[in-house]
Formats: sequence, structure tokens, C-alpha cells
Amino acid sequence: MTETASQQSSTPTAESELLELAVRVAGAARRGEQLEVYVSRGVETDVRAYEGDVESLSSAASAGVGIRVVTAGRQGFAYAGTLEESVLKQTLAEARDNATFATADEHVGLAVPDGVAPASLDLWDEELLRTPSAAKVEMALELERRARAADPRVRQVAFADYGDMAAEAAVASSTGITATARRTVSSVAVETIAGADADSQTGVGFSAARGPGDLDLDKAVTDAVERCTRMLGATKARSGRCTVVLDPRVTSTLLAVVSSALSGEAVTKGRSFFADRVGEEVAVPTLVLVDDPTDPRSFGASTHDAEGLACRRNVLIENGVLRGFVFDTTSARRAGLASTASAVRGGYATTPGAGCRALSLAPGSLGAAEILSEVGEALFVQSITGVHSGVNTVSGDFSVGAEGLMVRGGMLAEPVREVTIASTLQRMLQSVLHIGSDVEWLPGVAAGQTLCIDGMALSGS
Amino acid sequence: MSDAGSATGLLVETPVIERVLGAALQRGGEFAEVFVEDRHSTSAVLDDGRVEELSSGRDRGAGVRVVVGETTGYAHTADLSEKGLLAAAEAAAAVARQGGGGRVVALEQRDAVKRNEVTQLPEEVAKARKIELLVQADEAARASGNAISQVSASYGDGRRRIQVANSDGVLVSDDQVRTRFAVSCVAVGDTGMQTGYEASAFTVGFELFDTVDVGEIAATAARRALVKLTARPAPSGEVPLILESGSGGILFHEACGHGLEADHIAKDASVYVGQVGEQVASPLVTLVDDGTIGPEWGSFAVDDEGNSAQRNVLIQNGVLTDYMWDYLRGRKEHRVSSGNGRRQNYRHLPMVRMTNTFLLNGDADPDEILAQTPTGVYVAKLGGGQVNTTTGDFVFGTVEAYLIEDGRITEPLRDANLIGNGPEVLRRIDAVANDFAMGPGTCGKDGQSVPVGCGQPTLRITGVTIGGTAGD
Repeated sequence: MTETASQQSSTPTAESELLELAVRVAGAARRGEQLEVYVSRGVETDVRAYEGDVESLSSAASAGVGIRVVTAGRQGFAYAGTLEESVLKQTLAEARDNATFATADEHVGLAVPDGVAPASLDLWDEELLRTPSAAKVEMALELERRARAADPRVRQVAFADYGDMAAEAAVASSTGITATARRTVSSVAVETIAGADADSQTGVGFSAARGPGDLDLDKAVTDAVERCTRMLGATKARSGRCTVVLDPRVTSTLLAVVSSALSGEAVTKGRSFFADRVGEEVAVPTLVLVDDPTDPRSFGASTHDAEGLACRRNVLIENGVLRGFVFDTTSARRAGLASTASAVRGGYATTPGAGCRALSLAPGSLGAAEILSEVGEALFVQSITGVHSGVNTVSGDFSVGAEGLMVRGGMLAEPVREVTIASTLQRMLQSVLHIGSDVEWLPGVAAGQTLCIDGMALSGS
Repeated sequence: MSDAGSATGLLVETPVIERVLGAALQRGGEFAEVFVEDRHSTSAVLDDGRVEELSSGRDRGAGVRVVVGETTGYAHTADLSEKGLLAAAEAAAAVARQGGGGRVVALEQRDAVKRNEVTQLPEEVAKARKIELLVQADEAARASGNAISQVSASYGDGRRRIQVANSDGVLVSDDQVRTRFAVSCVAVGDTGMQTGYEASAFTVGFELFDTVDVGEIAATAARRALVKLTARPAPSGEVPLILESGSGGILFHEACGHGLEADHIAKDASVYVGQVGEQVASPLVTLVDDGTIGPEWGSFAVDDEGNSAQRNVLIQNGVLTDYMWDYLRGRKEHRVSSGNGRRQNYRHLPMVRMTNTFLLNGDADPDEILAQTPTGVYVAKLGGGQVNTTTGDFVFGTVEAYLIEDGRITEPLRDANLIGNGPEVLRRIDAVANDFAMGPGTCGKDGQSVPVGCGQPTLRITGVTIGGTAGD
């Protein structure tokens, strides 16, 4: 499920309470009906500091339920943002009614236990819940203080935030699924602005961990400040073909985009440029792409998927050859395969779909500096924009806004802004020159590392 | 679930609200607000030739905000009982230090000015009729051409009832009904797959389908995918650009809309800081943000802080006239909100947001603009966009675009992003036609999404950088 599990649960009562509720509601399944109940609950705190003061402090607890009913291949769904008893009954009735309107589809069905044991993962930091709000507020204030003091060229701190969440979920079904999961995430993020007027530049830095004790405020500040100050004086570059070196954060975004074309749902519905290409060389031979939610270093780590199956390691591209896709139960049946335990859902209000959680590329042998020196001339891309408007995972067309620094003689040189880089995802995978050894686990579905790609079209002046 | 406060039609009864506001101010707060929301939504999806799923949901809750000095405390709850609301009020009040302390001015129920009447509540329409629309759209899309390989049609409706009360005496309710229909298609050809998309969305009920033909939406989506099967790569570099009427209001939303939000201004994080009264755009540009226009997607009677929707002129003949304001940013500058305080739902703090943002008509003839453009790119539809308000740099993607050669539209182009700098692009608008049209969009800011409208007449920009691959 979205929230991830801990086998070494130190406060088991809350989780088992959720599971009991899910099991009880799922127990209402009628003959010939499959019934799945997903319940989740979470608490979160968000603090924003500004000019030495707390700009805002929000704290909240929320809970909800999503119920899926499958009758004779017809699926219905309903949700509610509460766990009140009367609402649960009404939600179930609504899901049943909704199922009557779907088209019967033999592939539609709930997950059934497949005997795979869940990994033992500790994704819960109790310290997060013990930390008083005042201490969280102090972290945001301290973050802002350090950002303002870090460099005389920083004229403004647009935001300095502390945020955390502790989420628990349970899923139970009439097909025999019972699973619980939980996780905590704590983070700080800061945006600094350097320069003035027409030459204002921004940089965002962050640090994320399972609990507040593992946050690195200085790293967040250093990152933000470096990213804005080195962009001062940036101009457009000249249009032409170029080699790009992607910052780990950009690589993480790129992998997340590629992952939607690896979703079994997209593939079985003919919406992926990878469809029908299993066994073919889709990337350079050095490229190995794996989705492994059982790796605890990943922020997408989870013991179970959104349908309650134990998560597992799935190799998607091996030595450049496409090995397969990620599937949830329904898309797997449509493909004539078994689920890869890759069901994901956006919370209680949505039904599961197939997706990656914890992608990473097998590290290469060179670090970031060595890659720069190896390529000599390139554009180092520190951030991209317009991913949702300029990347099409059906056609593979790729065109995004970019900013960064030219690489000259193997060293970072003058800053560049307001340009685009373009290619197709298909061609980019075939044009990877270097994969960095610098794997960095970032929030989101993919790890980051330096990635060097040849032959991109740069549009500027 | 029983409807709270159903006797008066209010989500929460006035005396309860008064006690909650009182509790919120108990620890020294200067301003307190209760925002109550009850939302029902239905969505249905037909994909891969099958009605996949009908989904319905309900989310109900309240958020309490307390302001003391420069600090805002916020807490929300799904429990609308007095006990639940008081607990949220106390949590929000916890941020208030010893201060002067505010008091609650007696609440006075104000009637919201309805912008349009909903004649057919979606919740009263049989689910089967909603499904029927999906089937019609699927058939129409597939009938558009044999190359159409995949069709996804989606229907969605939502009813959002809100109640806002604050310690300044405001007490107001709104009942917002929105209905939406969208189709996306995949076409397959020798050069691979291409996609097409079209949506229709308004702040109306099911009567939307009295005037909107889902078959036409489907045909448009299919046509966009089919046209691109023969598309060539977009050019690379700076080109003159014509935006067809209604195709790309997103340009103004990104190029200057976000930069004119007072929260960015207050933090000196916008290229438009200190520019009021200055020429920031071509004299052909008059830009308006207007939450009052009847059924448009970004319209409402009152915003999520209880202020009536307004029509605000942001840029007049190229001169910046004002920014957009919410309660908090207005309070700091000793002025009132411009009706732009919005939030995704009760779980979020409100912030400055656009409503329907659009460029007013000019007097040029759209055909003549084209005829007088020897070469360039003609955009028939833009997709999304993104902006960095501090630098003013923004991108927006094309989903239907053509080459202009000798003043005529010629070959279709593959999707690409365009990139520009807000103030620079606004100065480069050298022709604005008289054929205004607008469309719906979803605006994301700081993790919150709200429905917005965008619009413009056909216009020309003398030069924008397009990120294609042509020349490879």
C-alpha cells in the first residue's frame, strides 16, 4: 500500500485496530462478490518560517476508507474521508451500486495471497511522534537563519519549511488479503534567492529522512545557496546539438517519467512506447534499471503493495534489454502474467493502478566530477521544468525547459538559463554515455545519480 | 450520514461557530476563521472499450485558522461536532503567544451572490445517463479514423458546499457545482503513437450536456492524435508564434498571473515587484482575473475566505494596475482582499490564487494576423505550463501545433515545450485579434490544486524559443 509497513512495530495497537476494521468490513462480502477495504490514517505537521518568525504552523490528523467491490468482473468503488461506522456502511452500499454500471471484464479482480513473504523493513521513526511542535518550529526557524546567513549574495529566503507525516494503512479483502503498513517521513526544504532585479536566481535545497533526528539542515542550505549563486549572470545558450550531464535530481525526475511507460497498465492498454518490446535492446548495454521497494534506503520502500501483496524486487531493464513491466493484479491478468506486487494508490480516494515505487539505475564507475572531465564539453543541467507539459510517454517525445552550467574543458563554466533540451525517450536511453556512481536516495519513486546523455537538441538563442 | 445543521441548511449552526471562534481566540489570537466543507464527487471512466469503474466519494470537514502577529496557526478535523471543532480551534490557537487578543464580532449571515443557477444537480441524475455519455464519446472517437487505437473517456462531477465564518463577523455559504468531461486518444501510425486530448469543464450541473456534445469532444481529441501521425519534429530555436483563440490562456497564467499573486510579491519573489504603474507588457495587453463570470471553470460566488468573487483588472493597456490579494496579504498592506483567497479543500490553508484569468480582445482580424506572418509556429492548443516567479522564466507545452509558411498553416508538428521570460514575452505581443475564447484548467501551487479558467483571443508573439528537435 502507499503507506509502508514495519514488522518491528513498537505501537502495534493502532495498526491492528485499522486492520480489524478493514477485516470486519471485508467480512460483509456476499456470495459471488469480492470485497476489498483499504483504510488509512495519518498525522502531519507543517511549519513555515519567514523573517525569523513562524509564518504558519499546521497540524492535522486525517483518516479515510476506500472500498472496492468486484461482482462478475464488474468493479465499483466508493470512498469517504472518515472512519465513522455509519459512513462505512453507506460507502460499501455505494461501491456495490457503482459496480453494477461497469462493463464485465474477466481480468478484473482482487489480489489473492501468493505466498511471498514480506521483507522486514523498519520505516517508522517513533521519535517523529515524540518530538514536540516547538522543536519542529525551531528547526524551521534555524533553517531560515542559516540560509539567510550563508552567503551575502542571498537576498531572500522564499520559504524555509519543516514538514513531517506518520501514516498507517491496512487492507483486507474477501480473497484472503490482510496486510498493514506504516511509515514516517520528515523533511526540511528551503528556497533561497540570490541577486537582484533581472538577474535574480533561485535554488531549492532539502533533506529528508524517516525522522527529524536524521535531517541535515546544512546540506539543505548549502544545496539551495549553491544552486542560486552559481546561476547569477546566466544567459541563453546558442541552439545546437549537445551532450547533457544531468544532476541526480534531474535523473530522478527522468526515471520517474520513464516509469510510467513501464506500468503494466499503460502497456496492456497500448499507451507505452515500450509495449511489445520485451526482450529487445531498448537502452545502452550498461543500463540496468530495477524497481526494488524492499530496499529500505528508498523513500518508496514498502513491505506491501496497495493490494496487500508483499513487495519484491523487479528487474525492468537488464544490460539494456527490456525484461518486463510492473503489474497490479488486473493488468497482470490482462497480460496473462502474475502481479509483480506493484499496485500503487494515491490514498483512500483512488483505486489501485500499476506503478514503480523505488527505481534505481545500477551505479557506474565514475563520480560526477570524473564524468564532467570525461565528456569535456557539455551542458550540466541542474533543473528542468515543464515535465508534465513536454514529455509524452506514449509517443516518447521529450522537450523540457532547462537551466544549468556549461561544461568546458571538463569543468563547470558559465551559467545558462531559458533554454530547452529535447529528444525522444527512446533515443535518450540509447544515448547514455555515463551512469554515475553517486546514487542518492531522494523522495519520490526514483533514486538520483549523475547521468550523461549524448545528442540532445538544445534550443536557445 | 446525516447532514449536520440540516434544519437551517447550514453545515454547522451559527451558535456553534460563534463558540468555536471564541475558543480560537482564547489564547491571544487577533483573527480567527472557521472553514467548513462538504464535498460529494462522482467520476466514471471508460477505457480500452470498457466502462472500468464508477467511483463516488464524500469528504467533509472543517479547518480553523488563527492569526497572531505574522503567524498563522491551522488545524483541521473531519469531525463536525462541536467537540471536534473546539479541538481544532484549540490546536490552531496553540500558536498564539500572549498578545493583545481579538474578539469575535457578532456573526451576520450574508447572502452569496450566485453567478449562475444550476438547473440539474448531478447527484439527481441517474448513473446510467453518465455512463451513456462515455459510451457515446468512445464510439465517436473510434469512428474518427481507423488509426485510433485507444480511447479513454472520463466524466466527473462534484458538489462542494462551503461555509466560512470569521471573527470580523463574516458568515457566508456557497454551493459550488462543477461538471467535467474529457477524452484522450491514442493513434498509431508508421512513425509510432501519438496522443490527443480535449476536455470541457464548467461550474454548472448536468445541464452542461444540453450545450456540450461529448461526441464533438471525442472527435476533437481523436483529430489531435491523428493529425500528429504525420507530424514532423518541431523547430529548435526562436520563432514567431501565433496562439489561436482560446488555445493558450495558460501563457498569461504562467507568464504573469502567478507573478502577480501578492504572496510572491510580499517575499520579493516575483519579477513584477514594484512594477505597479509601470509598462510591463505591450500596450495591446489588458489582462483580467474575474471569478464572477457565470459558468466558467474558475468561477464561484464566494472565495474560500468568505469574500465575494470579483473582477480585477491586472494589466491595462500594458500598464500593471494591481496584484491579486487574499486576506492575509491584504491585511499586511492595509487593504482588502480581491476575492482571490482559495484552497484545495478544508485540509489546507487558503492562499492567493487566480480564478479565470484572460486577455481581452484587440481589434485585429485573426486571418490577417496569420496572413501577415511569413514564417513561424501556429499553436492550436497548448497543454500545461510552469513558471519560476522570481526569474520570470516559464515553459508551456504544445499539444497541437503547425508550421507557418508564407502566411499559411502547413505541416503539423510533434509536441514540444516553449520557453520564455514573462515580461519579455508580454512585450513581444504585437497583434491581438477580436475572437476571444476561453477554457478550463487545473492550477497547482504549493501542493494545492484548484480549478481555473484561462482565455485569450488569437495573438502573435514576435519571438519565443521552441524546444523541438528539428535539424537533428
